[in-house]
Amino acid sequence: MSSLSYAVRDSSTMLRRNLLRMRRYPSLTLMLIGIPVILLLLFVYVFGGTLGAGLGGAGGRMQYANYVAPGILLMTVAGTAQGTAISVAMDMTEGIIARFKTMAIFRPSVLTGHVLGYLIQTMLSFAVVIAVAMLVGFRPNATVVEWVAAAGVLTMITFAVIWFAVACGLVTKSVETASNLPMPLMLLPFLGSGFVPTDSMPTAVRWFAEYQPFTPVIETLRGLLLGTSIGNNAILAVAWSLVITVASYLWSRKLYNRDR
Amino acid sequence: MATPTSRPAITVTGLRKSYGDNLVLDGIDLDIPAGTTFALLGPNGAGKTTMVQILSTLISADSGEARIGGFHLTREPNAVRDLIGVTGQFSAVDNLLTGTENLMLMADLRHLARPAGRRRTAELLDRFDLTEAAGKPVMTYSGGMRRRLDLAMTLVGSPRIIFLDEPTAGLDPRSRRTMWEIIRGLVASGVTIFLTTQYLEEADQLADRVALLDHGRLIAEGSPDELKRLIPGGHIQLRFAALAELEAAARALGGGTRDDDALTLLIPSDGGVRSLRGVLDQLDRNSIEVAELAVHTPDLDDVFLTLTGRPDHERVQVS
Repeated sequence: MSSLSYAVRDSSTMLRRNLLRMRRYPSLTLMLIGIPVILLLLFVYVFGGTLGAGLGGAGGRMQYANYVAPGILLMTVAGTAQGTAISVAMDMTEGIIARFKTMAIFRPSVLTGHVLGYLIQTMLSFAVVIAVAMLVGFRPNATVVEWVAAAGVLTMITFAVIWFAVACGLVTKSVETASNLPMPLMLLPFLGSGFVPTDSMPTAVRWFAEYQPFTPVIETLRGLLLGTSIGNNAILAVAWSLVITVASYLWSRKLYNRDR
Repeated sequence: MATPTSRPAITVTGLRKSYGDNLVLDGIDLDIPAGTTFALLGPNGAGKTTMVQILSTLISADSGEARIGGFHLTREPNAVRDLIGVTGQFSAVDNLLTGTENLMLMADLRHLARPAGRRRTAELLDRFDLTEAAGKPVMTYSGGMRRRLDLAMTLVGSPRIIFLDEPTAGLDPRSRRTMWEIIRGLVASGVTIFLTTQYLEEADQLADRVALLDHGRLIAEGSPDELKRLIPGGHIQLRFAALAELEAAARALGGGTRDDDALTLLIPSDGGVRSLRGVLDQLDRNSIEVAELAVHTPDLDDVFLTLTGRPDHERVQVS
């Protein structure tokens, strides 16, 4: 077999391992799906009336459900990061990692298994979040092509953030620290256009909000699903995703290969 | 024990490793023929685990060279990994998976075809007496079962060279015996075994050759018998109630080492029944009462204490 087919085979073996583990230990999965759903309900039903009025136009709560849905999808991504970092850090404390390292397998497959496992789990979360969002007033007007494009953008940023989280899980020595490291990601949808338009923010915060990676992703999703203007946000979203993915992959691989 | 062949399974020259200021391995040389069992014996912190971690490609040495099955350890790590199996000191099993799932995971990673993997899994479960628990999560396994599964996972790919880092640490005596039987079975099938242990009896029971590791250096190397010859032979220790009897016994037996304070007399002996009976008959004929008797045969413990008790750790080459 070529090294590429080993890479694919070993990664899918490790993916099966991680899916089995998720099924045996479902509380983390449930938490990662539950948190964005709760945030969605909170923002639509508690803050939605007031925030919706602030957007201008006539929609109020319903209009806010439309506005906030892409932001909640990015909260889902941020939550996944925490789950990934916890799982990877927990796994690294297990003796079986030493076994994997002494086997003739595609070396990063331990990591790609985690990445693919969490990618699948996040896709499930997206489906749940979008379904609940539509129940509470989210009314996307996207065509099939736009849906596919939105799924592509979401997958890319998820992939990037998960690889970043893998590095977070590897760089720390304890599971506790690993769970705290990706925490700032949870703030990015707030410090961006996730919950309110950036032009309502003070200058310094607005500057950060407009240049951080989640904002172009949120704007692209909004454009694809609700028909607002996208501008150069799509290119920025893709570029950010690629840069984060490559940098995090290289960092993770280096961390995994060091002697511990 | 298998007949050693001249083909080396493991050769090591000048291996060194330190963690910061702490020198863990200080120039190790080894030559282990294929098909033999080698035991690295040493107390906690002697560097045994570091040695296994280096030879199994888990961590790198600071200097020195090693070949495993003819392959260069650092230049051809994947060829080495294809040949070896490692069972570490800390259980390398996935606690959330079942016994069967753990073994199938190994079969997949060893790139066995599905049916072959399933066959191998069933065979190993049976051989290691785990069939009944096969469908239960490993979390529920006892220490002994976990160790057996651990070793079974190592064997899925039929490795030719097996590293066992303290395979019986923390096991009860019965599980330890079971493990020994399993290891003997492996040796009989022709694999090379590199074993670390702090139990002298274990090295004595299992190994063709034993090396004593102390503070990162090999202080002695040889067969268990050769090592035992390094120390004074066995003896019978007699203790008496009074000095008069001790004197009478010393006269009757014509020698021995007297300790008048402890009221003991040490008679050199091979530890056999015949020599013991001779001593007792002699005492009987002279009507000498013995308060206490102990027979002491030399074991690796004595070797270890004799060698490590010395302030100057000079290496003793026996063979």
